[in-house]
Amino acid sequence: MNIVIKMPDGETREIEATIGWQVMEIIKNAGVPIRAECGGACACATCHVYVDAAWMDRLPPRKDEETDMLDMALSVEDNSRLSCQIVFEPELDGLTVTLAEDSL
Amino acid sequence: MAFQGTPPGERHETDVVIIGAGPIGLFSVFELGLLDLKAHLIDILDRPGGQCTELYPEKPIYDIPGLPIVTGQELTDRLMEQIAPFGATFHVGQMAAGLEKLPSGRWRVTSDAGTVIEAAAVVIAAGGGSFVPKKPPIQGIEAYEGTSVFYAVRKMESYRGKDIVIVGGGDSALDWVLNLQPIAKSMTLVHHRDGFRAAQHSVNQMKALVDAGKMAFHVASVAALHGEGGRLASVSLTSKEKGTFDVPCDVLLPFFGLTMKLGPVAEWGLNLAENLVPVDTEKFETSTPGIFAIGDINTYPGKLKLILSGFHEAALMSQAAFKIARPGEKLRFQYTTSSSNLQKKLGVA
Repeated sequence: MNIVIKMPDGETREIEATIGWQVMEIIKNAGVPIRAECGGACACATCHVYVDAAWMDRLPPRKDEETDMLDMALSVEDNSRLSCQIVFEPELDGLTVTLAEDSL
Repeated sequence: MAFQGTPPGERHETDVVIIGAGPIGLFSVFELGLLDLKAHLIDILDRPGGQCTELYPEKPIYDIPGLPIVTGQELTDRLMEQIAPFGATFHVGQMAAGLEKLPSGRWRVTSDAGTVIEAAAVVIAAGGGSFVPKKPPIQGIEAYEGTSVFYAVRKMESYRGKDIVIVGGGDSALDWVLNLQPIAKSMTLVHHRDGFRAAQHSVNQMKALVDAGKMAFHVASVAALHGEGGRLASVSLTSKEKGTFDVPCDVLLPFFGLTMKLGPVAEWGLNLAENLVPVDTEKFETSTPGIFAIGDINTYPGKLKLILSGFHEAALMSQAAFKIARPGEKLRFQYTTSSSNLQKKLGVA
């Protein structure tokens, strides 16, 4: 099982994903320098990612808490998510996200 | 109620300067205090608590020994109560900017507000670094910072009669919209959605002002800045419905909360490893003798970024700091349970 991480500069990395982990944790564990300042508590908006169009409808929707916290992210788009609020499940194999500038 | 720190700009002498008033900096006051060492704390935030009060004041923490559930704010309050007997001095709203060694072997820490503190030892308990405002990625914004773009409001009066644009959807954005609207020439709030992470009564007040034609609210983002010589004249906003349009703007106030930057610590000549400060695990001392680093900012084999690890580090650091601050004196290891001497210090005997 993998997820694909695109860096803001275009570099792409495929990393091994663990079922049940937050996508933020998977990214961090792979050595990608995502800020994730609050440690996955949905309290800081520094694990902001853009989800590739193909995956938008396959993710559970944002909860209010995540939508509210995204107000503190920069350059928010419709496909913005906090990666600590996406839990990796087998059906997300191949999930592709782009790290936002403010998460690095 | 605002936290009262010591007025800035003065000179102080103490045993230990602690940089960072988060939970680990606060508990250091306790461990140092048991050894009769006095402490001063500096923090860039305007109150103690660090990440606990800034990022997650209402979030429960479940892994503090003996406290099955405690919020970030409650933990801070309890620590403040616990260290009260030791009378630490707090320098808040200031960033520790300079660190130099004096000929005497003592250290001098200076803050960006002109406070000078001299001490035998320095403890860096700065967590993820200094909290600084997030800056929106608008091209050329740097040229206007400090003249037309501000990330905090200092003197309200300087905004009188201005065309003000505030960006953001949190309490800071809404509070300043409401505070500055009465004195502004025009007030425009810009947020990426018609929903807010702010007190409902503030949102209601803002919407009432919009309905009354006294201010504007746009679901949009700032696309470009226009002006010259560091002075803004207008900003271009862009939205799905309205496309791109300009609004007059003398002052732009973006409120996207805070993020952490290592800051001046990086310039103090300490060995660093990926923005962390390596320490030994006996004293939690850095590569520079007399400078300690504890809590989230340090690294060593097996390091866990947990509050409880920082508490342990604070206790061992204090033993080492004692030897520096009180050379030649015997360190008596005592328990608070049995030592009437310690109980006197705590004000319970």
